Amino acid sequence: MTERIVIVGGGTGGTVLANRLSERLEPELDSGEVEVVLINDGEKQYYKPAYLYVPFDKKDVSDATKPITDLLPRDVQFRVDRVESVDTDRKQVTLASGGGLAYDQLVLATGANLAPDNVPGLAEGGHHFYGPDGAEALKEELAEFREGHLVLSVIGVPHMCPAAPVEFTLMADDWLRKRGLREDVEITYTYPIQRPHGLQSIADWVTPIFEERDVNVKTFFNVESVDPDAQRLETMEGKELDYDLLVGIPPHEGSDLIKEAGLGDSGWVDVDQHTMEAEHAEDVYAIGDAADVPTSKAGSVAHYEAGTVADRIATRIRGGVPTATFDGKTVCFIETGMDEATFVSFEYGSEPTMREPSKPIHWAKLGYNESYWLTARGLI
Amino acid sequence: MSESISPDETVDSRGAACPGPLMDLIGKIQDAEPGTVIELQTSDSGSKGDVPEWVDEAGHELLDTVERDDYWSIYVEKTD
Ligand SMILES: Cc1cc2nc3c(=O)[nH]c(=O)nc-3n(C[C@H](O)[C@H](O)[C@H](O)COP(=O)(O)OP(=O)(O)OC[C@H]3O[C@@H](n4cnc5c(N)ncnc54)[C@H](O)[C@@H]3O)c2cc1C
Repeated sequence: MTERIVIVGGGTGGTVLANRLSERLEPELDSGEVEVVLINDGEKQYYKPAYLYVPFDKKDVSDATKPITDLLPRDVQFRVDRVESVDTDRKQVTLASGGGLAYDQLVLATGANLAPDNVPGLAEGGHHFYGPDGAEALKEELAEFREGHLVLSVIGVPHMCPAAPVEFTLMADDWLRKRGLREDVEITYTYPIQRPHGLQSIADWVTPIFEERDVNVKTFFNVESVDPDAQRLETMEGKELDYDLLVGIPPHEGSDLIKEAGLGDSGWVDVDQHTMEAEHAEDVYAIGDAADVPTSKAGSVAHYEAGTVADRIATRIRGGVPTATFDGKTVCFIETGMDEATFVSFEYGSEPTMREPSKPIHWAKLGYNESYWLTARGLI
Repeated sequence: MSESISPDETVDSRGAACPGPLMDLIGKIQDAEPGTVIELQTSDSGSKGDVPEWVDEAGHELLDTVERDDYWSIYVEKTD
């Protein structure tokens, strides 16, 4: 009997996993004992970190996409389809094209969805750089923006790449300075909790930088609604803030699929944070943004988790007892302007050590962006 | 006193690191009706300080904080 591993989602996590499984299980895939099926609801993968550069006209959205088939080894079957539901008792998924597909091992790598409509007025009144269309529209808006109040508001937490709003703010500051416009633009950064970032060490590090660079910071700022006509934010804490250009990081949602399958009430899969195994079903794993673990929703996390899950599944298929675990390793580059960056690396329960920003780290981030597709293919 | 508080909703944020528990509470309060009593369960000791600070800032009412075996229950009532 062929053992079928089904991966749902062909983003960073899903493709790294498919490549790792193909490496680990080569003989079993060759002999037909095992098959790996990756299902994605489109033919392409989007490399989202590139969207940060689009508003500043440093990258095109088209740079950020590749056909998923280019990223997969030949022994992985790829299907363009949408998984509509998961039945963990019968161990099968239902496909939008009709019919079901049984699995022996299932990995959900469905990512996170943007939900701007959860905040009244946000879609009409705000811009963002978290998707291709948003990033393009913001580029046009920024090109025309010469004076007024630029507000970067982190509206939803958790969101993808916790560093990106800080990066955008520091890049916008530098970009406006370089264009001689900074004196005519006031910049405000807002964050939902009592400091400007979820991680204490990043908050401590960025606070004096924001101060030096004349960025206003508003904390305990949970946007409840946006009034697009008055160009005003209103918060749950009863505050108001007027803007001329709003860059709002929209709330994120997990998947209804996950809720309906009973795998996690909030739409993120409840997993053991070390094994990535679902808490409410057998032989189900989740990796990447879809998994509810206490670290960032970041590509690096998806990548390391995929390695752990590939090892665990391969060992299990060979009748062994899996021992590979994920320790929460997270690595993020942080741009601090248009030509300097720093990076952080940390694990569960540990705080990152902050390093002085430098040009070489910025080039390393740009270099990584170029070589990302090798990561997706499991080569680095 | 705490024994007599029976929450309308419970948010289980045990195991989540800061600011997860606070954000979970904020999300719950956003959707709740005024008057709803919410119990936030957290094993993150930092939340004991952060949560009351936000509750005060947002004008809701902190009813009690109770230390259990390996977590805290923070009871909050949503005001108008
Ligand atoms: C602006 C921005 C900047 C970022 N910068 C960085 C950075 O510098 N470093 C970093 O590490 N991370 C960064 N990230 C985060 C990173 O992009 C994500 O964490 C990463 O893509 C998560 O990978 P994933 O595999 O979990 O999900 P995704 O890459 O989002 O892939 C999920 C896939 O599943 C598919 N799918 C969903 N539901 C279904 C279904 N039901 N059936 C079939 N297919 C489905 C989706 O279409 C998608 O293709 C950034 C993100 C943004 C938005």
